[in-house]
Amino acid sequence: MPPRSGTDVHAPDAGGLARPPILKGLIMNRLASAVALAMALALATQAASAQTLAGVKDRGELICGANGTLAGFGMPDPQGNWTGFDVDFCRAIAAAIFNDPAKVKFVPLTAKDRFTALQSGEIDVLSRNTTWTLSRDTSLGLDFVAVTFYDGQGFMVRKALKVSSALELNDASVCVQQGTTSELNLADYFRSNHMGVKTVTFATGDEALKAYESGRCDAYTTDSSGLYGERLQLAEPSQHIVLPEIISKEPLSPAVRHGDNQWADIVRWTHFVMLDAEELGIAKSNVDAKLKSDDPETRRLLGVEGQYGDALGLTNDWAYRIVRHIGNYGESFERNIGQSSPLKIVRGLNALWTKGGLQYGPPIR
Amino acid sequence: MQQDLPRPTRRLGGVAIQIAILLVIGVLAYGAIVNVTQNLARAHIASGFGFWNNTAGFDISQTLIAYSASTSTFGRAFWVGLLNTLLVAAIGIVLATLLGFIVGVARLSRNWLLARLAGGYVELVRNVPLLLQLLFWYNAVLKSLPLLRGSMTFPGGAILNNRGLFLPRPEFGPYFTAVLIALLAGIVAAIGLHHFARRRRERTGEEIPIAGPAMALIVGLPLLVFMLAGSPLTFSVPQMGRFNVSGGIEILPEFAALVVALSVYTASFIAEVVRAGILSVSGGQTEAAQALGLRSRVTLRLVIFPQAMRVIIPPLTSQYLNLIKNSSLAVAIGYPDLVQVFAGTVLNITGQAVEVIALTMAVYLVISLFTSLLMNLYARTTAIVER
Repeated sequence: MPPRSGTDVHAPDAGGLARPPILKGLIMNRLASAVALAMALALATQAASAQTLAGVKDRGELICGANGTLAGFGMPDPQGNWTGFDVDFCRAIAAAIFNDPAKVKFVPLTAKDRFTALQSGEIDVLSRNTTWTLSRDTSLGLDFVAVTFYDGQGFMVRKALKVSSALELNDASVCVQQGTTSELNLADYFRSNHMGVKTVTFATGDEALKAYESGRCDAYTTDSSGLYGERLQLAEPSQHIVLPEIISKEPLSPAVRHGDNQWADIVRWTHFVMLDAEELGIAKSNVDAKLKSDDPETRRLLGVEGQYGDALGLTNDWAYRIVRHIGNYGESFERNIGQSSPLKIVRGLNALWTKGGLQYGPPIR
Repeated sequence: MQQDLPRPTRRLGGVAIQIAILLVIGVLAYGAIVNVTQNLARAHIASGFGFWNNTAGFDISQTLIAYSASTSTFGRAFWVGLLNTLLVAAIGIVLATLLGFIVGVARLSRNWLLARLAGGYVELVRNVPLLLQLLFWYNAVLKSLPLLRGSMTFPGGAILNNRGLFLPRPEFGPYFTAVLIALLAGIVAAIGLHHFARRRRERTGEEIPIAGPAMALIVGLPLLVFMLAGSPLTFSVPQMGRFNVSGGIEILPEFAALVVALSVYTASFIAEVVRAGILSVSGGQTEAAQALGLRSRVTLRLVIFPQAMRVIIPPLTSQYLNLIKNSSLAVAIGYPDLVQVFAGTVLNITGQAVEVIALTMAVYLVISLFTSLLMNLYARTTAIVER
């Protein structure tokens, strides 16, 4: 046993072996670096999140939070290509930025996980049938940009139950997805109508639907648009009906992180420009011909006149790119959820304001 | 060799290192908290527990304490979820222990078929992921149960369908406490009788049969008081409604599936722990017991188990902790446990992930540490007492 030096005993050295000087230095260094790391963490500041557009451009693709299991809105098809109304919205943003609607990576999210994914920066934009409410807008660090779909909550029941109104569902068991406005509206609706309800809550819409199908619940509830899509996923869709009551307002809107106004503008105007294109009769099929149009509104929208794309931080033909790759709002609607889709949802509130609906795109000038 | 070292210096040095490490950990933790708070504020995400007393507004399918969507708070929802977790964990631990001990002993049985069956159970169950088993049990339970219209009814008024098992709820009359007191008195008297008989046997070697009198005290005495008090117990029988069964005690299929899955899964590990514990007792102990003329069941109970428990308890504690933590898989089948209610719905409505997740983790930590504490106290009673 060699004699120990005075400093050597500081090392937690139970084996009683002498430590070579080089190891001693390493330990001291490690201690110092640990303290430095702690100080760095305490003083660390996250870079301001105002640079989403720059981040997307650097990365070369948009990362979009989508549903993943909702037919018509967001779901990969059997070949693995994402399709749907919400999916097309993200593709439109990608088309505006990259002139390529394929430069999007879709992240499937449950209702429960969607806001955390956006807050943490995992996704750039959330386009996943999400209801715009005051508390979500203010306390989650998010901004909702524009209502892309006016929806309302409904109920689906078995035909065999012989129920024709939601008001007959006193004491029924209802399956619902967790973390949705549906879960809260359900409690409100039954309470305000003095009815009892047994709520069975599941983490994903899929699980809730499966439990309903297996007979665990009498009714399944979600946004009525979702009901039509999910009915198609049941073994026998014709054995189920959607009840006529719409019990809530569900304005579905894409969301972005609070504080990046440029990015919020881009996402918001992607929706508006698709509305304006529909109103002006600009569609995928005629967009090239419309480039030669004399109509000043059409010329401004397609970037023939003015520097409007520039002002957004994009190119001036950004709207042209969107219409050329995705089409206008009406085209996206019909293709994914409207009459030319299995869902056959009518435009209703989602018709243009000129046709008695609520969809109204502010002017581009 | 250590005696040669200058001990006070050595100890001082050790303390210095420990203080330094503690400081580093403290600074790291403080830094993380400050950083998180600042970043939340910068991202305009609400922080703190201000939401605790806000109205929850959502329903929960199983509530052990009074809860209503319209008046109860998020804090109340937290307690509802916590109690549901504790209920599943407690029942799961009891069932897993019973099943685990039976299978563990059976695996060492000299009966070839029994031993192979027990072995097959252990190998099958512990090698399939718990989540899959849980989904299997849930779907097996749901699919095999009749619809509401075809509900099975049992004598006494119990109803079984795919909405759950509905049992008559006992309702206690005014003098029912007297019955409980009689029961308690009966148990105390029976214990006293047991002690008396034991002391007498130790003194005189005379065996007094106490099973009969003890039963009379525990069952007969309360029964007599029950009769005298005029049968102060009625049952509220569950009633079939149009959509659901109302009244009575409701056992949800989600609850049943979770309890079965957790018990069956954990029991397979406990069986191995028990087997290892029994094998750790040397064969000489059994031979000695047999030489004294003890029957094999008595040998197991009085000779093998008391020694095996010392080996069994530490890994058994780990299995209990696993069961408690695994109960959070409830979220997959819609059982409203703490994770489902609090870290699911409440988190989503309030959006305060940091606070909610931190609190949920702290709760599991406390439950687990408390369980460990209880098991350590129990382990102390089984330790060999050196004379």
